[in-house]
Amino acid sequence: MSAGTHDTGSTDNWDWGAVADFMPHFWDGVLVTLQVLALGSLISFSLGLVWALAFRAPTRLVRWPVGLLTEFVRNTPLLVQLFFLFFVLPEWNIQFSAETTGTLAIGLHYSTYTAQVYRAGIDAVPVGQWEAAKALSLSYRRTWTAVILPQAVRRVVPALGNYVIAMLKDTPLLAGIGVLELLQRSRLEAAQTFQYTEALTVVGVAFILIAYPSSLLLRALERRLVR
Amino acid sequence: MSADTPLSKERPNPAVDGSELIRFDRVVKRFGANTVLDELDFSVASGKHVTLIGPSGSGKTTILRLLMTLIKPDEGTIKVGGAYLTHEEKNGRLVPAGEKHVREVRKNIGMVFQQFNLFPNMKVLRNITEAPVTVLGLPKDEAEQRARDLLDLVGLGDKCDAYPTQLSGGQQQRVAIARALAMRPQVLLLDEVTSALDPELVAGVLDVLRDIAHTTDITMLCVTHEMNFARDISDQVLMFDAGRVIESGPPEKIFSDPEHERTREFLSAVL
Ligand SMILES: Nc1ncnc2c1ncn2[C@@H]1O[C@H](COP(=O)(O)OP(=O)(O)OP(=O)(O)O)[C@@H](O)[C@H]1O
Ligand SMILES: [Mg+2]
Repeated sequence: MSAGTHDTGSTDNWDWGAVADFMPHFWDGVLVTLQVLALGSLISFSLGLVWALAFRAPTRLVRWPVGLLTEFVRNTPLLVQLFFLFFVLPEWNIQFSAETTGTLAIGLHYSTYTAQVYRAGIDAVPVGQWEAAKALSLSYRRTWTAVILPQAVRRVVPALGNYVIAMLKDTPLLAGIGVLELLQRSRLEAAQTFQYTEALTVVGVAFILIAYPSSLLLRALERRLVR
Repeated sequence: MSADTPLSKERPNPAVDGSELIRFDRVVKRFGANTVLDELDFSVASGKHVTLIGPSGSGKTTILRLLMTLIKPDEGTIKVGGAYLTHEEKNGRLVPAGEKHVREVRKNIGMVFQQFNLFPNMKVLRNITEAPVTVLGLPKDEAEQRARDLLDLVGLGDKCDAYPTQLSGGQQQRVAIARALAMRPQVLLLDEVTSALDPELVAGVLDVLRDIAHTTDITMLCVTHEMNFARDISDQVLMFDAGRVIESGPPEKIFSDPEHERTREFLSAVL
């Protein structure tokens, strides 16, 4: 893919004009990526919690299938899952846009990782906390919501944050089912103008510009939560 | 576990007292091959302060944990306030109790742990009000008033808004005592509540407990290595060895003139 064979003017020199032309499309891509990331995180955070609670369910009838499902999803490639949802869901008469399907897939995939994170956080709550809750006759529900989860979640925010960054770096996979996220949008633009250097550089910078503030935000959150 | 013991086979307990609050009847508890409690019988009368003493591993903590339903007996029955703790009567037979029944009976029991076990995510006040509000259904302001009164009682009236980690061990343990009392239990279980504390903080906690013992009618079941404290507050001392009560009596008797050789050995080792 050497752009230089197609374009004589701007192979060696950086072309700010090309960057300027490209920017409007670039923003469209950024928006899609941010949407996928935000919703995907939300799905993975909440679904992961559901899995983690199911791991501790009193009955094997819940623990078993959930354990199997999450192991399966965690150990197969995200791209395969994307294709699966994209091509199989319509056969069951479930019609989603590519972006929605992609967001669901990435959220589901990462929920199996966040589930492990939550599990570790829950296991790290000292057994004395469970015993104190029991000694006070707190209900099952209050024990989880008022005692165990607030302590578990606090511990796992940094680890969850790492998965947000990992998820961001996986969003380009959604191009595989035709989602015009940041990279795909930029690649298509560049394919018309052959100014790959500019486009891809801007994309790389954009990923850093999203990732870095996100991690700062998470660190601030962590400081607030960890006592 | 022989849970389906017919009621008719229930044996009269020699230690029966008209106002008994706690009664262990032939309780057996094993951990694997290790029989920790071996057909243990004992009862505690309402309002009494009973101290359990005995060598390490003799089963003192196990008794308190059974009462708190943190563990289940392998055999025998436990009654609290006349109701079976881990069993329910159904059609004249004893069956393992449902969670609802256990919770109902357990509400009469409060426990203070060696490691305090305050909830670190809640401020002191909420540590104390959480259970009264969500379990007993007390209105929030009433629960808070009760909590403030209890904090005054344990000498921490100014710590409502602190987080547990901002307190010393002795202060945390006093909050834990207030938290247990806020449920107005009939029985307070205390398991070596000062042994995780720095020596200079022990006296403060023991003073609070003495105060509670002398000014309330709460029943106390207390495991401690603080023999002076035991002598001060106890109506009765039970000497344990190998999962059985080998001697019991008022503290003056047990501490100054024990009958049993094992008791003498134990006391000379700890006093
Ligand atoms: N969860 C458990 N699993 C296996 N064994 C246990 C368990 N809890 C207690 N034990 C055993 O039961 C016996 C009695 O323990 P317990 O904690 O009741 O003794 P204790 O009288 O409180 O001793 P200490 O004075 O050291 O606290 C010990 O031999 C102990 O090893
Ligand atoms: Mg013990």
